[in-house]
Amino acid sequence: MSKNINVALIGNPNTGKSSVFNHLTGLNQKTGNYPGITVEKRQGVCRLPRGVKARILDLPGTYSLNASSLDENVVVELLLNKKDKDFPDVAVVVSDVENLKRNLLLFTQIKDLNIPTILVINMSDRMRRKGISIDTHKMEQLLHTKVALVSARKNEGIGVVKEHIAAYKTLSTQACLDIKKIDQDYFESLERTFSNQSLYKLWLVITQDVNFAKVERKKMEAENANHMRTPSYLKRLQQKETIKRYQFINNVLKECYEKDSSKATDLRGKLDRVLTHKVWGFVIFFVVLLSIFQALYDWSSVPMDFIDASFVQLSEWAKTSIPSWMAPNLIAEGIIPGLGGIVIFVPQIAMLFLFIAILEETGYMSRVVFIMDRVMRRFGLSGKSVIPLISGTACAIPAIMATRNIENWKERLVTILVTPFTTCSARLPVYLILISLIIPDERILGANLQGLVLMIFYLLGFGMALLAAFVLHKILPQNQTSYFVVEMPNYRIPLLKNVVLTILEKTKSFVLEAGKVILAISILLWVLASNGPGETFKNAPQEVAKSVSVTDATFDQQLSAYKLEHSYLGIIGKGIEPAIKPLGYDWKIGIAIVSSFAAREVFVGTLATIYNVGEDKEETIKERMAAETYADGSPVFTLASGLSLMMFYAFAMQCMSTLAIVRKETNSWRWPAIQLITMTIVAYICALITFQYFSL
Amino acid sequence: MDLTLADLKVGETAIIDSFDVEQLPMKLVEMGCLPGNEVGLLQLAPNKDPLYLNISGSHLAIRRETATHIFIRKKGE
Repeated sequence: MSKNINVALIGNPNTGKSSVFNHLTGLNQKTGNYPGITVEKRQGVCRLPRGVKARILDLPGTYSLNASSLDENVVVELLLNKKDKDFPDVAVVVSDVENLKRNLLLFTQIKDLNIPTILVINMSDRMRRKGISIDTHKMEQLLHTKVALVSARKNEGIGVVKEHIAAYKTLSTQACLDIKKIDQDYFESLERTFSNQSLYKLWLVITQDVNFAKVERKKMEAENANHMRTPSYLKRLQQKETIKRYQFINNVLKECYEKDSSKATDLRGKLDRVLTHKVWGFVIFFVVLLSIFQALYDWSSVPMDFIDASFVQLSEWAKTSIPSWMAPNLIAEGIIPGLGGIVIFVPQIAMLFLFIAILEETGYMSRVVFIMDRVMRRFGLSGKSVIPLISGTACAIPAIMATRNIENWKERLVTILVTPFTTCSARLPVYLILISLIIPDERILGANLQGLVLMIFYLLGFGMALLAAFVLHKILPQNQTSYFVVEMPNYRIPLLKNVVLTILEKTKSFVLEAGKVILAISILLWVLASNGPGETFKNAPQEVAKSVSVTDATFDQQLSAYKLEHSYLGIIGKGIEPAIKPLGYDWKIGIAIVSSFAAREVFVGTLATIYNVGEDKEETIKERMAAETYADGSPVFTLASGLSLMMFYAFAMQCMSTLAIVRKETNSWRWPAIQLITMTIVAYICALITFQYFSL
Repeated sequence: MDLTLADLKVGETAIIDSFDVEQLPMKLVEMGCLPGNEVGLLQLAPNKDPLYLNISGSHLAIRRETATHIFIRKKGE
């Protein structure tokens, strides 16, 4: 028999479940997705006493087993499916000492599934400050389980949790609630029809849309027809169940839990009065956002310039030092600039996730949801849309995944559809390089002009997102009542370990996921740029030599220009030139745009590849772009064409990964298709107007 | 006249009297919104919507619309 134990970590949101998980597993964890859906799946390994190993699964946070969202459904599905390879031998319910009563609701539900269930009471370090005392021995007797008092912040009590897990076989699986007491008639008739099944499990399957046993469910519904009840009857029963559970919990807590309110301090109330204030709340939120963007711009430029310059040098070195049988040109001109295009994002992505993680961990995000809800509702969004829209400034993919806790489908759909308008980090390098080319490095009223333009583009992204939401709100039909219940967690100082792990994990997944695409495209581009059809490309040296203007000094340069123009890539770029000329772009920019439709971040890398083909001089990408001219000697990148290009990148849907996520989250190709077409049209029109206006 | 949660002023507390469960999300019930429990209004967002409540120890925010479906009585009544 295998010594590995399957452990499921379950708990309400905001109980510090992830911190407990991080303590149990350390760096022995990996993140993936549940098959077919984009709910994050975190797994890790924990060494227990006596050489036993436990596989720990960190399930999404949920308030109960009555799932109302995709995330919560994952929990129910797993706990109902004994055949699942992750089905837990033991469940660990993580609760927060201050919300113990509410947390115990979930505990009793899980215990009633006859799974050995350990109760972890986290944040025990706050007990004294809140005047709370708990008799854990008494509690263990009343709940028929083991209880561990833990402080994830101070790393206390984790050892006890491990002991309890290792001894899971000694735990009782006695239920907390006799489900029949809710409605004797109903449950007895159920029992007669399905004599060999657990009543509580049946009840869970009946009351919610559990995907796991669709077939079985159909069969059951048919047999069940005579005791089918109306949805409202079932909902009343659910309410009754909740009341019964709270009665049980209150009886337990009466005997082992005491709270002396006079000893409690009210930091929460004081902070709330400021942070959710009608005026100060908004002022503070604005200042927080402004500081984040300023910091992002100021702190990221140094590492970015350094990375940019390092990769140019590396490329130079590769060209001269790599033996010819290893295809030095492919490495120096395709792969290295491609890798550079990935690494250059790392400082920004890490920094953005640092800020977002801090805002989430402190509990401030919920206050933003609270003060912004009314404003957002005017645009058909919810206060909960603020988090996706802000996260969208890092990357639309996690942002769209973060819409999952918006209960109302219409509000959620609108949020999903407009989130890609917010300025994601992939647009940032495009903006940064163009701004530094076309906007002078001056100060206006003490503010850096370049930073100001960058902020305007961020605001433009949010503005367009809101405008689009407003239009969609008017067009789309309302299909259900809008529910909005947001927990306002306690304020907490973020745990360094959690923040660092979040940054590491998100940055890693970006580098690996987006990086694959970027690298593949860079290589493909290099191949397309260094090969061409027919005799015109093959005979390039002879063709260039025929030219009257050629001299020895300029031969190489003219040759490479000629080659690029007649390569496959050149042919594609030239093909679309008529369409993009009114926007102020030449065919080389056209190539960059075409390749950007896979992922925006390819833009800079593509230009690097295009301009580098046949280039021997050591120059940074920026210098090379500034030197780029049309045949008549006028520069390609002017204020008009630069701004037009930025407008195009601001609004166009140029990210395959985002489209794939939207497809997954909306379960249809219809919405990503609409997004792709509409956003591109909007981008084209805006870019056209911008170029024509600034060229006057 | 029947008082609802929407009639509470900031800083006031009351007892939840009754509600139609069909008008409320199950989650709210699970978070402690049950007849007999104490509820306090901690804070209002601009335009008095949403409401920031303390329902028997659970701190949460709901919209005014939802609050109008929850009937309350003053303490001691």
